[in-house]
Amino acid sequence: MLNQSGRSYDVAVIGAGVVGALIARQLGRYDITAVVLERANDVAQGTTKANSAIVHAGFDAKPGSNKAKMNVAGNRLMPGLCETLHVPFRNNGSLVIALSEEELPELQRLLVRGEANGVPGLRLLDRSELLAMEPQVNPEAAAALYAPTGGVVSPYELCVAAAENAVANGVTLLRNFAVERITREERGFVLFSARESVRAGVVINAAGVFADEIARMAGDESFRIRPRRGEYILLDSSQAGVVEKTVFQCPSKMGKGVLITPTVHGNILIGPSAQDIDDREDLATTHGGLRGIQAAVRRTVPGYQIRDIITSFTGLRAHCSRDDFVLEASAANPRLIHAAGVESPGLTAAPAIAQHIAQLALKALGGACAEKAGWVPGRPAPLRMRELSHGERRAAIAKNPAYGRIVCRCETVSEGEILDAIRAPAGATDVDGVKRRTRAGMGRCQGGFCGPRVLELLARELGLPSEEITKCGGDSRILLNKTK
Amino acid sequence: MSGRADTFWQQRRISTTTRELTCVACPMGCGLRVELDENNRVLSVAGNACKRGDAYARAECTKPLRSFTSTMRVEGGEAPLVSVKSAEPVPKAKLFDCVKAGNACAAKAPVAIGDVLLANAAGTGVDLIATNRVAKKREAIAV
Amino acid sequence: MEAVDLVVIGGGPAGMAAALEAEKNGVERILILERAKTLGGILEQCIHTGFGLHYFGEELSGPEYADRFIVLVEQNPHIEVKLGAMALEVIPGENRHRVFAVNQAEGLLELDCKAVILAMGCRERPRGALNIPGTRPAGILSAGTAQKYVNLEGYLPGREVVILGSGDIGLITARRMTMEGARVKLVCELMPYSSGLTRNIVQCLEDFNIPLRLSCTVVGIHGRERLEAVTVANVDENFRPIPGTEETIPCDLLLFSVGLIPENELSRAAGIAMDHVTAGAVVDELRQTGIPGIFACGNVLHVHDMVDFVTLESQLAGAGAAAYIRGTHDPAPEYLPTRGGNGVRYVVPQRVNRRQPQPLKLYFRVGEVYKNASVRLRCGETTLLQKKRPRLAPGEMEDLLLKPEQLAALPEGAELTIEVVEREGKDQIF
Repeated sequence: MLNQSGRSYDVAVIGAGVVGALIARQLGRYDITAVVLERANDVAQGTTKANSAIVHAGFDAKPGSNKAKMNVAGNRLMPGLCETLHVPFRNNGSLVIALSEEELPELQRLLVRGEANGVPGLRLLDRSELLAMEPQVNPEAAAALYAPTGGVVSPYELCVAAAENAVANGVTLLRNFAVERITREERGFVLFSARESVRAGVVINAAGVFADEIARMAGDESFRIRPRRGEYILLDSSQAGVVEKTVFQCPSKMGKGVLITPTVHGNILIGPSAQDIDDREDLATTHGGLRGIQAAVRRTVPGYQIRDIITSFTGLRAHCSRDDFVLEASAANPRLIHAAGVESPGLTAAPAIAQHIAQLALKALGGACAEKAGWVPGRPAPLRMRELSHGERRAAIAKNPAYGRIVCRCETVSEGEILDAIRAPAGATDVDGVKRRTRAGMGRCQGGFCGPRVLELLARELGLPSEEITKCGGDSRILLNKTK
Repeated sequence: MSGRADTFWQQRRISTTTRELTCVACPMGCGLRVELDENNRVLSVAGNACKRGDAYARAECTKPLRSFTSTMRVEGGEAPLVSVKSAEPVPKAKLFDCVKAGNACAAKAPVAIGDVLLANAAGTGVDLIATNRVAKKREAIAV
Repeated sequence: MEAVDLVVIGGGPAGMAAALEAEKNGVERILILERAKTLGGILEQCIHTGFGLHYFGEELSGPEYADRFIVLVEQNPHIEVKLGAMALEVIPGENRHRVFAVNQAEGLLELDCKAVILAMGCRERPRGALNIPGTRPAGILSAGTAQKYVNLEGYLPGREVVILGSGDIGLITARRMTMEGARVKLVCELMPYSSGLTRNIVQCLEDFNIPLRLSCTVVGIHGRERLEAVTVANVDENFRPIPGTEETIPCDLLLFSVGLIPENELSRAAGIAMDHVTAGAVVDELRQTGIPGIFACGNVLHVHDMVDFVTLESQLAGAGAAAYIRGTHDPAPEYLPTRGGNGVRYVVPQRVNRRQPQPLKLYFRVGEVYKNASVRLRCGETTLLQKKRPRLAPGEMEDLLLKPEQLAALPEGAELTIEVVEREGKDQIF
């Protein structure tokens, strides 16, 4: 029998991706009870962990659309938010290049759109200006659109930081809670997973590629989500310097095209491919996809030798039948609020979406809610040995000797940082969780050396046998049994 | 006389077998053809470039030996396992028996290189000896 | 700041041999920085035998080989070892160098030294580097990581195993996994030949009926949480998968043993000139890098197939560092470059001092398998040495010995080339 008497909350957020986590952070400001239900073993497990990591300027979306409004607003919020939450962000600017004269009208169209959307500082560059800015891009490029407000951010760290802040401010995070059924009550809903249930007065649907399924469970069939596969290749930091700005090709029907960009951590990221698929959990990369992005990026940077690949990965974008973000109370039930269809530029838009959705939730709860006394907007700055000066390292180790034991040699991550990540609110409980929070295993050896040590620390901290530690929850155990 | 010889050749034709081996005596990896009689005695070795190949083929066909290495559990040590080897090569057919025998016992820390951890492993007459050292665990001393 | 004569970065076989040799040559204050909790480096997990035949004349396991040196280091009053100490930066100076490291007990270590020996070893090439399409489940490890779990910690990371790569590490891992109760269903190898020793193919695969598929690679990885299967396919001569040859093999562990990469992040950051083929520093016959007083040896310099040769090379570096520290080195070396010609991928050292007084070994690796060929050392069109080799293979390091008088007789600016000379009607085997 299912547990019918699960805890009750004022608001339940379904999905702990960057949108859900930032909404939860906003809810944490108010004197209400809130819970985040995440189907995976960690936050940031859907589109958030596998996307272009771009803070878009906002010239791409149709004027007046939710995408356009939220993109431009989110772009403005992002630097301050990242500072508050201690998340890596860099305003490196972006370029859309026209590879031929035929693409010039497209640049012009983007410029007009961008200005209509209120994007500051947009400027068309001729070939010589472009090559002065990015000497390695295709010298045959006809022109480029330069957006100085474009940037890059670490999406999973933004999500982790937001979740950490939400939990620190009293929001509950329930992991491994996949909502399978929703029943309506007079003053809200009961949300059921296979094993548990919770009650909530207001439900926020931030379920990413599953958002239409959640809506349907609550009786709303007003939109459909189709996963769109996007494959990426991440290159070693030894490849840094090929471009400084995020360089797009002209957009097509399937998206913004293949880009090449530095990441906030000094790697180079290329991608994505774009392919509509049916399976919402198919995160496989494909031979054709990986080849396609390599070929495409050589049009941006001719002759580019793609060497020192660290990894390739797939993200699924939640492409919505309405072709826009769905940010509204459901017509079927005003206590169900959608933050759905959040595909690109969703990461950029997320901070603005979070503010907007939180206000809708408060309204659905009956209006004015008091702000919580003692709300903390940020989180403590995580210590990063690799970013410290030698003097700062000395001080850090003096305070806590665990910072002196380097576990991940590729990224210079210490035992102390890994313990911090496990012990933090909404902390890591699996190997990938440690990797996203600390970068241990993110480098060129991909955890070959530090993997066993990270596993040992997780087992010790969580009080579990080593065989029960997983890569990313579920059955992703790394060790099967003791040999003797 | 001739009748006897005929019988001899006939018998031999019927009862010999040929084995193909790759010589491991050096990186050349010569392909060896070994002719054996019904009692598994080596009649001839061909394909070897040197004498070592001949010796390898004869040993491999009559009494194949392997050096055995594995690990053994350690009680009260700084490390959970210690690496072990057979003091001499053991019959190839006994390798898995040696694994089992080694897995069934545990060494007590401290362990020094060369310590005999299991005498006469799996009836081979060969001992398993430690190939690494393991110090006593500090907490274990306190308890 | 602590002042010493010599800092050795890495306490594996290379670092230990270099430190001991430097001490033997009169260096009195030597510090080894080792990031692990024990000395010995990767040898600690190489529990199979086969080490030391060349150097000690007996067959040892990895830990035993390491222990021969650990004992000497521990007893040596002039060598101090810091364990759990990670070197973070090497800053070259005019006369003295600076090394920054951290450890738990002392925090930041700032070391001022006359010479540095880089002996950081190498790492395995991971899955990502191959860009194999598919999912990213648990159950995919490099062979060395699996060895660590199995040999040092006593855990089995999978029961049905496919291994990509048939070098000695792949082969030995196949045997170890089998001995510990796993079933190795296939070892596949991209090349048309295995780079492993014949002995290992026989004793690690054939003994256990493990199939080896050549000219074959992994083209697909399946499974969401835990690995469920891999797809392998044959490849053509350009290493491209041949459509129609795919086979999907159910398994829960895929091990990669697809090459080792010298760990030269510290060296690059210090501005040391690198050889693109070896991925190690450019060195002279004393294993001195382009920066005077900074030496490199072992797998950080170029990947070795035999630890015995690591030891010998590191002794050269140790002696070279000692000469540098004591000021007995040649202050004005006249360098001649070395170069790999036909069939030879690289030569170490990359340059040699024409005035050096010792018999000089040039080490090199060929790019493919040759039978009954010879190797030639020439300067311009003049052959200095030519030696028959019944077999040459990329997996086996070769060497040629040059007499100092031969070297001294060469003109200034001459270039030394090593090349493979194939017999008429070349007899290549795969």
